Amino acid sequence: MNLSFAITSLEQGLAFGIMALGVFISFRILDFADLTVDGSLPLGAAVSARLLVAGVNPFYSLAAAVVAGGMAGAITGFLNTKLKIAPLLSGILTMTSLYSINLRVMGRPNIPLIGKDTIFSFIRDLGVPYPWNNLLLLILVIVVVKFLLDAFLNTQIGFALRATGDNPQMIRSMGISTNSMKMLGLIISNALVALSGALVGQYQGFADVNMGVGTIVAGLASVIIGEVVIGEKSIMIATIGVIIGSILYRFSISIALNLGLAASDLKLLTAVIVIVFLSTPRIKKALR
Amino acid sequence: MLKVKNLEKIFYKGTPNENVAINKIDLTVNEGDFITIVGSNGAGKSTLLNSIAGVFPVDNGNIFLDDEDITAKTEYKCAQKIGRVFQNPLAGTSPEMTIEENLSLAISKSNNLSLKWGLSKHKREIMQKHLEKIDLGLEKRLTTKVKLLSGGQRQALTLLMATVANPRLLLLDEHTAALDPATAIKIKNLTAELVNSNNITTLMITHNMEDAIKMGNRLIMMDGGQIIYDIQGEEKENLTIEKLLKMFEIKHGGKFNNDRMLLSV
Repeated sequence: MNLSFAITSLEQGLAFGIMALGVFISFRILDFADLTVDGSLPLGAAVSARLLVAGVNPFYSLAAAVVAGGMAGAITGFLNTKLKIAPLLSGILTMTSLYSINLRVMGRPNIPLIGKDTIFSFIRDLGVPYPWNNLLLLILVIVVVKFLLDAFLNTQIGFALRATGDNPQMIRSMGISTNSMKMLGLIISNALVALSGALVGQYQGFADVNMGVGTIVAGLASVIIGEVVIGEKSIMIATIGVIIGSILYRFSISIALNLGLAASDLKLLTAVIVIVFLSTPRIKKALR
Repeated sequence: MLKVKNLEKIFYKGTPNENVAINKIDLTVNEGDFITIVGSNGAGKSTLLNSIAGVFPVDNGNIFLDDEDITAKTEYKCAQKIGRVFQNPLAGTSPEMTIEENLSLAISKSNNLSLKWGLSKHKREIMQKHLEKIDLGLEKRLTTKVKLLSGGQRQALTLLMATVANPRLLLLDEHTAALDPATAIKIKNLTAELVNSNNITTLMITHNMEDAIKMGNRLIMMDGGQIIYDIQGEEKENLTIEKLLKMFEIKHGGKFNNDRMLLSV
């Protein structure tokens, strides 16, 4: 693996790391396996790309992606908390609808962003040399997101959110609506996933309606690798773990590709990684 | 302060399994009452407490707390004024969160949630003070995750969390039944202490006749979804287990059938 390959993996790990933080919120904090993310990642990319083509400031396009992702999360939350549809199915329903919506947003299956102003062209034009331009920007974004998330999870509302996934009975006894907390968690989670989608779209230079396939599994892989490698002693450490997990995941994918694996086999590899990491504790126990 | 009027709760209504759990109950609880509730299996004790706590909708009747009709209020809304402790010592706390994070939620209960920090120096001082009172050494373990505590420690913490925000009403549903005898005694003493020092109006279900007689100022015996005895004052002070069992047999027309209760007599 040469240096540029490593840099690319790192950049992808950071860009998708924000998505992994979103999955961390739904999967770990809320204990809600939310498949919406397979639709909200391309939604973020679609909204951002469409606005970039229309000449909107690339930073504003990120904000629009965040809002769109939050709305997608709210729909899943509504299906689950108000219509009482099971979590898994609520996510699948929103994800499926988002496929059509994403096509509507883009007007076609793919929007190339070559030659358009993006946040990456913006920082390049500031004169920051390669490879620091993309890296610095991505690190800046993910550090800000991480610290905002850490701070939020240590507020009163953040405590309530964490307890909702951990023990809903307790949170009801504390006079707090578990439904509102689930709704809030899903909105934040999908807003982050859509932000990640917008970043990925601008980074790779196109938005594609199929770019979300397998997002949830990649997100889970990142979360779980992070837990195994870094641990989850506190929220601060757990969120670092998620980001490191995302980077390690992208590296393992790159290595697999370098070893001659076909790109079409990657989904299988990802699923196997998740299975291995998920089952490690049980296998260890059984061997003891 | 709590009025239950003509309350009725029927499970599986309209099916062959129809079960009248609460059969037209009237109950008035006075400010500062500490009521112990006994009764055989299926007497409707837990259903009464769950109805008051808004866990499920009732079929008939009304519940008033401080003259406010709370009959149709959902569980979490009722909980803003009501503290609860369950039989399962794991039910009242969040295992993955620390002692101080759990307590913080309980302390902010009376306020609306906000984006203020969940923990502060001031809050920690309050917690220290409360934890020192329950005397389990938890005040030195504020940053320990609750899942590392024993069942008894968790139940003590739950009890503290249920009372720390000064609820209008405290509902205890056999909250010492799942603990070992020594720990159960500790939790019972703690209960009496917290309830008395804060003068909290309390309803406590127990399967232990001796506790039912010794604790509180009023004893309610339930059977078949109804309140068959409501004993207070001097009459309660002179009560014995034998008298209580005899009274039950007179009304019920048969022996007491709560296995756990008989074993603990």
